[in-house]
Amino acid sequence: MTGSATPMVEVRGAHKMFGDLHVLRGVDLTVAPGEVCVVLGPSGSGKSTLLRCLNELEVLTGGSVRIDGELLGYREDSAGVLHRLHPTAIAQQRSRIGMVFQRFHLFPHMTALENVMEAQVQVLKRSKREARAKAVELLDRVGLSDRMDHYPAQLSGGQQQRVAIARALAMDPEIMLFDEPTSALDPELVGEVLAVMKDLAAGGMTMVVVTHEIGFAREVADHVVFMDEGVVVEEGAPSAVIDAPTEERTRDFLSHVL
Amino acid sequence: MTTASSTDPVPNRIHARPVPRPGRWIAAAIVVVLAAMAIHGLVTNPKFRWDIVWAYLRDVTVIRGVGWTLLLTFGSMVIGVVLAVLLAIMRRSDNPVLRSVSWFYIWLFRGTPIYTQLVFWGLISVLYPTLSLGIPFGPEFVTFQTDVVITAFWAALLGLGLNEAAYLAEIVRAGLGSVDKGQEEAARALGMKERTILRRIVIPQAMRVIVPPTGNETISMLKTTSLVLAVPFTLDLTYATNAIGNRLFEPIPLLIVSAFWYLLITSILMVGQHYLERYYGRGTGSEKPRRGGPRRPRSGRQAAIKASGTAKDDPFLEVTP
Ligand SMILES: Nc1ncnc2c1ncn2[C@@H]1O[C@H](COP(=O)(O)OP(=O)(O)OP(=O)(O)O)[C@@H](O)[C@H]1O
Ligand SMILES: [Mg+2]
Repeated sequence: MTGSATPMVEVRGAHKMFGDLHVLRGVDLTVAPGEVCVVLGPSGSGKSTLLRCLNELEVLTGGSVRIDGELLGYREDSAGVLHRLHPTAIAQQRSRIGMVFQRFHLFPHMTALENVMEAQVQVLKRSKREARAKAVELLDRVGLSDRMDHYPAQLSGGQQQRVAIARALAMDPEIMLFDEPTSALDPELVGEVLAVMKDLAAGGMTMVVVTHEIGFAREVADHVVFMDEGVVVEEGAPSAVIDAPTEERTRDFLSHVL
Repeated sequence: MTTASSTDPVPNRIHARPVPRPGRWIAAAIVVVLAAMAIHGLVTNPKFRWDIVWAYLRDVTVIRGVGWTLLLTFGSMVIGVVLAVLLAIMRRSDNPVLRSVSWFYIWLFRGTPIYTQLVFWGLISVLYPTLSLGIPFGPEFVTFQTDVVITAFWAALLGLGLNEAAYLAEIVRAGLGSVDKGQEEAARALGMKERTILRRIVIPQAMRVIVPPTGNETISMLKTTSLVLAVPFTLDLTYATNAIGNRLFEPIPLLIVSAFWYLLITSILMVGQHYLERYYGRGTGSEKPRRGGPRRPRSGRQAAIKASGTAKDDPFLEVTP
């Protein structure tokens, strides 16, 4: 453990309200660089909301998120007053945080290759040639070198999700967020996506993964967080949280998914 | 029994006689006879004066009329599309002032007849003899003579374009609304700016919902241009052919002349619309991957267009009043 280094993700006292619905009720979370953090929890416990707050797709009602030490969404002046950042600055912060969605959300009017090139050209201002080379390399890495010119509608779910991972990786993110990346897949396609994620983890990528794949958590996670009703109930090494949970709620949840 | 051909993968292929359908043949025969009678009536009736039709089909005034009509059609559609995109984006904005301005515009221009609007634009130089750029209630920087700047042509073009924008704005809005929210989120998560998201992600996907009804609007506009005599603008196809017809005391053949030209242009527009739809339908499973690969049915695109509720199947359907 690199205890002294700046954490890659540092969430402090995160609260999120949707109107009167109090979804996050004071979440603290620290993820070290290179660490794989798996978030478990029952439906509606706020896992997706937490993940979306990590890249400003949702704005926290209270608390703070720091990515690699940098406060997300605000500038803090010397008097400690927060100033909302300009949307351009927020977009810039987001570009360093990769996100993979449950339902892929590939751009349907672009081929796999164009999907992976698009943000490189539009956001990072890379040249078309540079972006293409990077996209080809990444699609090859996720095992899709023979599908580059296919549109999303012509790809299986597993293939689409792998393109989506390549699309996020193309931005050279410091961290990757996955929100139930295999939940929308047919069972026989889950393995190919998990394999890509394992490969990423082995390569030292910092990852926060919301999933119900306990096997993946046990094998790949450095750190497992169990959430319920908007708070972190229990966290620690997978061997502790999954195999020897101390909390009743964790045991109850695991008995349902295992 | 019979030995199946070695190339046929189905050894026991069924070769049955179809159900006899005499009704089909009788119906077809009746329709053919009726059509023949109609054509015979058209060709042999001397009142149609096909000689005049033929002579005036290529008349200079008529061809010029076709040109002006095309110019009005495309010019007003361009004004309409640009304004409509602006209005639709304003309608989606979080700024309440922009939202209500857009709402008011659409309410006003859809709620009054195009004829009334054209007459109004024709009278604008009476209402405002001079136009000036400046600060409201403050100093004016430049001043124009209205009837110099807004000629009958510009009045007609503006009248048609501003009216069309109100209709197209609703179509564009439905198109933008038809794009899955997840698309914007995915683009945002990649760090794209709102403007880039709109331009690169949302609008291209909205186009496949926007293009078919806009094609219909263009065809509809072609015929709506015949109302510009309200301005009055007197060079378009309808006015030109009417004038010749009245001068010759032969209105029928000149009506046929103008109908012929409108039909010809509409037919060309329909071909163009087909290719545009195909372009913006890309990636929805209606075509092959760029190099080899499987084919999928086009149902996704059709379903999206239907679901938006802005498309009409009949290209001759009048959408603009
Ligand atoms: N944009 C929103 N507006 C209002 N309520 C929301 C919104 N997003 C989420 N919620 C609510 O917040 C609660 C937590 O949702 P969230 O999606 O974070 O749960 P989750 O743990 O990811 O569940 P699941 O396993 O089903 O994905 C739910 O009750 C949900 O209805
Ligand atoms: Mg969720």
